[in-house]
Amino acid sequence: MRWLEGKTAIIIGERDGVQAPSIAKCLEAAGAKVLFAITECFV
Amino acid sequence: MEPDNQKKIKEIAEGNGNGASSNVIVVLGASDLEGALISAETVTSGDPSYTGPLAGVSLGLPVYHILEPEMKEVIPADIYEEEVGIWLLSVDTESLGKEFKTIREKANN
Repeated sequence: MRWLEGKTAIIIGERDGVQAPSIAKCLEAAGAKVLFAITECFV
Repeated sequence: MEPDNQKKIKEIAEGNGNGASSNVIVVLGASDLEGALISAETVTSGDPSYTGPLAGVSLGLPVYHILEPEMKEVIPADIYEEEVGIWLLSVDTESLGKEFKTIREKANN
């Protein structure tokens, strides 16, 4: 099942967790389109 | 979640951003479950801190965590391992998956 194919994604990564560029690579490899990606930083 | 990001998500969800709204999903990467669940709540039922543009706004967007089993299943294994593999060692992905599934069911998506 390739349910991510054709989806449009908003990515909220985290500096101390999984960062947005890494999530974007994963989603694009699964056929999703990334519309907005940001890595948040909590201090 | 930062107010600027809430504003952007609101615009996209309402179709005023860069188009597409019906096929939109939100994917999170926070490493702590509590933080991830607060962000998930923000994009489904509204900002729980009542400080950002999504305060009182129920977008109901389908929200996922990148470390959920549902994500792992559909992302090419080599890329998934390279990008997020290290987190699979320290995060209880099964529990994470259950929590997010419950959130999606509550939001009917």
